[in-house]
Amino acid sequence: MSQTSTRTPIVTLTGVQKYYGDYHALRGITANIGQGEFFSLLGPSGCGKTTLLRAIAGFEDISEGQILLDGKDMEGVAPNRRPTNMVFQSYAIFPHMSVAENVGFGLRKSSMSVAEKRAVVGQALEMVGLGKFGARAAHALSGGQRQRVALARALILKPKVLLLDEPLSALDKKMREVMQVELIKLQREVGITFILVTHDQEEALVMSDRIAVMFEGEIAQLDDPETLYRRPKSRRVAEFIGMMNFLPARVLGEAGGRVGVEVQGLGPAELEAAQCPSGATPGAAEIGVRPESLTLLYDGQTAEGGREASGTVREVVYYGDMTYYDILLDGTPAPVRVSMRNMPGRRVLEFGARARLAWDPRAMVLFG
Amino acid sequence: MRVNALAVFTVLYLLVLYAPIVLLPMFAFNAGTVIAFPLQGFTLEWFAALLNTPALHEATLNSLIIAILTAVFSTILGLFAARAATRYGFPGKAGIVGFIMLPLVLPEVIVAISLLIVLMQLGLTSGTWSIIAGHTLICTPFAIAILQGSFSNMDKSLEEAAIDLGETPWSTFRLITLPLVSPGIIASLLICFTISLDEFIIAFFLSGNEPTLPVYLWGQLRFPARLPVVMALGTILVLLSVALLIVAETFRRRGLKRVGLKDTGGFL
Amino acid sequence: MSTYTKLMRTDAAKGLTLVSPTFLYALLLLAAPLAAIVLLSFWTQQFLTIQRDFTLANYTEALTDPLYRELMLRSLRISGLVTLVTVTLAFPVAYYISFHVRPERKSLWLFLITIPFWTSYLIRVFLWRVILAYDGPINSGLTLVPVIAIITLILAAIALSALVFWAVGQLSLRALLAACALTALAALIWLVAPEGGLLRGPVIAEPLGWLLYNANSVVITLAHAFAPFAILPIFVTLEKIDRALLEAARDLGESYAMTFLRVTLPLAMPGVLAAVLIVFIPTVGDYVTPRLVGGSGGTMIATMIYAQIFDLNDRPMGATLAVLAMLLVAAVLLWGISRARFWLWLADRMGGGAKGAGIAAALAVAEIALIRAAFLHGPAMMGPATASIALVLAASVVSVAILLRLPKGRWGI
Repeated sequence: MSQTSTRTPIVTLTGVQKYYGDYHALRGITANIGQGEFFSLLGPSGCGKTTLLRAIAGFEDISEGQILLDGKDMEGVAPNRRPTNMVFQSYAIFPHMSVAENVGFGLRKSSMSVAEKRAVVGQALEMVGLGKFGARAAHALSGGQRQRVALARALILKPKVLLLDEPLSALDKKMREVMQVELIKLQREVGITFILVTHDQEEALVMSDRIAVMFEGEIAQLDDPETLYRRPKSRRVAEFIGMMNFLPARVLGEAGGRVGVEVQGLGPAELEAAQCPSGATPGAAEIGVRPESLTLLYDGQTAEGGREASGTVREVVYYGDMTYYDILLDGTPAPVRVSMRNMPGRRVLEFGARARLAWDPRAMVLFG
Repeated sequence: MRVNALAVFTVLYLLVLYAPIVLLPMFAFNAGTVIAFPLQGFTLEWFAALLNTPALHEATLNSLIIAILTAVFSTILGLFAARAATRYGFPGKAGIVGFIMLPLVLPEVIVAISLLIVLMQLGLTSGTWSIIAGHTLICTPFAIAILQGSFSNMDKSLEEAAIDLGETPWSTFRLITLPLVSPGIIASLLICFTISLDEFIIAFFLSGNEPTLPVYLWGQLRFPARLPVVMALGTILVLLSVALLIVAETFRRRGLKRVGLKDTGGFL
Repeated sequence: MSTYTKLMRTDAAKGLTLVSPTFLYALLLLAAPLAAIVLLSFWTQQFLTIQRDFTLANYTEALTDPLYRELMLRSLRISGLVTLVTVTLAFPVAYYISFHVRPERKSLWLFLITIPFWTSYLIRVFLWRVILAYDGPINSGLTLVPVIAIITLILAAIALSALVFWAVGQLSLRALLAACALTALAALIWLVAPEGGLLRGPVIAEPLGWLLYNANSVVITLAHAFAPFAILPIFVTLEKIDRALLEAARDLGESYAMTFLRVTLPLAMPGVLAAVLIVFIPTVGDYVTPRLVGGSGGTMIATMIYAQIFDLNDRPMGATLAVLAMLLVAAVLLWGISRARFWLWLADRMGGGAKGAGIAAALAVAEIALIRAAFLHGPAMMGPATASIALVLAASVVSVAILLRLPKGRWGI
């Protein structure tokens, strides 16, 4: 479905491999990234996401495979000749230049007149909200401002692809959230393909059109954020993105495109084939279900179709807007996590209280 | 904060450290011809004598030529090695860099006699150029130490950013690397110049019949009558060295400021 | 892209290419000449020509002749003493700058310490000759100035520095006033002390002859010359110590002194080791200081190497002495480092504390006694050359074995 983009591909990766001596950093990456797409490479540190980004930029030679940028093979093309520009993790603001000199750095060889260049730099600075900062010394800027200068500088050459290497990791939480929104707006405005490297799953979900989750040099799943969140293809992806409960289950059999399972602590359920990414062989398996897909039932409430279970509250974690409960379902060894939005009139349960919860088979994923 | 025994000790230590240098001007301006207390009165005679000693002028010129060329050569060699050591990993790195830095701990007399013996066995006459070669060998480690500091203070992505924005590796070096390490280069030039100007052993072994300033000084130390002049010369040399050092230190600090770092220590 | 282009684009190839000019220069001007003197040391000088037959004659002679033996041993002894004095005195200074000086003032202090080092070495050494001379400032001060005057002057100097410390806000007013009061008291005593009394008399009647032209003056001068070389590495190591570690030790109940002994000192040992290396190795080969202030009792090996080459025109012997000096330094350092590692390991192995330290110390004393015995009685038993080689070889084999067998200890040694 969304695994292949409907857009015209601007970056085509085919079987990209990278070795550092004996270390196999990229193990056959194949993907198409579309024109105007906001694409994220998400994974834990050491998964090869930055290596892949740097290979696209031309800072790393690949050992095997092919990288096409706008239809052209990039093998042997130096980074300064590629239609990509990069925002570095450290921002790499030239400390001996002013803000305007930094932003206009890439224009040195262009045929524009000095006045034109000044105008272009001014526009770029306006675009990132730093209109009045042109004459400032670069090393006197705050983290967020440096980030904006780096963005303006990379966008001034109107690259086909903008590469962002963990651009928000150096900012504090508040600033990061502000910049996430600004980056999305900016990307829509300029219409350039953005490829973002991040280890922060929330950041990737918020910003991207599509996300490639990488583990150990391979793409484990490439999907749009919603599919990635709702239908992770493997337990590992599910664990990496958000929070998920894993309940022991037994696959009973398949009939008419529907899979029957018995979930420990909850009961029997029927799943669609799409909920079983690794197939459904009868026998022991696991059911993944997100905390928000389990709902606490308060006095008098009943679950649809009688799909409810009861247990004891073993842990209460209060977050203000949400409360997380660990509930030990009767007859199971490990507790499940349930998240409930806090609302007026909805009381927070106490440690040790009895609780009932409702569940929905549509929110489940089966892992073989 | 309270002052303690440590502070007193450190101050006394500094006093002893400076003791010889404090004596130098005392005898340089002392009217007596013997280098001993009590002092005999003020004179500028010894400084005047410096002006009409042609041998001294030749030695000074010789030393200046050697020191300037040594500074240039060691800084160039230092740039190569410091850049390689801070930017790249390569097989045998520790061994290669360690070997290049070896003259820092090797007794100079060993360096001097091994160079001398090679020259003698090859039947070559030693002289100014061989002193330059020897001085370059012992100054390069100092240049590397200083330049390594400059290179490692520089974020690697700065160069990548320039290349990413369309510059070639060479123009990147010119536009980004050079301006950012230039304070280090100047500091290295000055330090190597100072070391070469002061270096005695290698110059002594290799100078042949073209003495450098220290070799000339060494010869003068044997004549008690020349000692007050030596003191005057020493005073000038000390002032010159201190001035050069202050300039070098200023450049080093400016370099740190330029890349927006806080100052944490001196040379080495 | 061809394989060659690809290879040349790897970091390893770029790094090697870049380092190669400097490396080649060092090979050409250091490795080759060092190899040449090793080669030359196996040849002999016959009047004006060099006999190019491989022979150990020079080594036998160097190790047999009491003059050469004495010079080499004295060089090691003086350098060892210089190292001990320099590093011991440097540590408190480095500690003070690292732990007690405000961060923004540190580079100024380091600058102050390095300035004397950048001034002409020759002249500095020569000035020590002036200072330590029979009629120099120390002797003339001690023989001419009354005791009480010296005490007053010292107190005045302390009061003056107290004033400076008070001015920069590092000293309480009370301490400053105390220093001033003491100075005033001394001055008062000076005024009222009886003429011809002990206080009015000079500190010593005769100038001290042992100050100059012997090993003492060489040690003093070299310790002065190498001071910054010892302070800087120790300072750098002390700077790297995470201050939270010291707070953790205090928090866990250790006193200030025990925190220093159990946390600061062990963590500073790599810097101390670097200081030892950087002072010990170059001083063994120093030429200027022994020549200017050493007299006959302070002559070291470099003087002999120079004499062999220039005065006696026996280059192979000069080369041999140089090679031997290097080997000896290497053997001594190897011994020191391996034994430090071994004793530390042993002390830990024996349960640490006083018991472990005692056992390690006993073993250290025993080995030193053994070496001393071998050195004293070996020559009589098997000839001086064989005995020396056997001793150094045996000690070095043990050193290498220890270094290979035992992992790096807590002190980074």
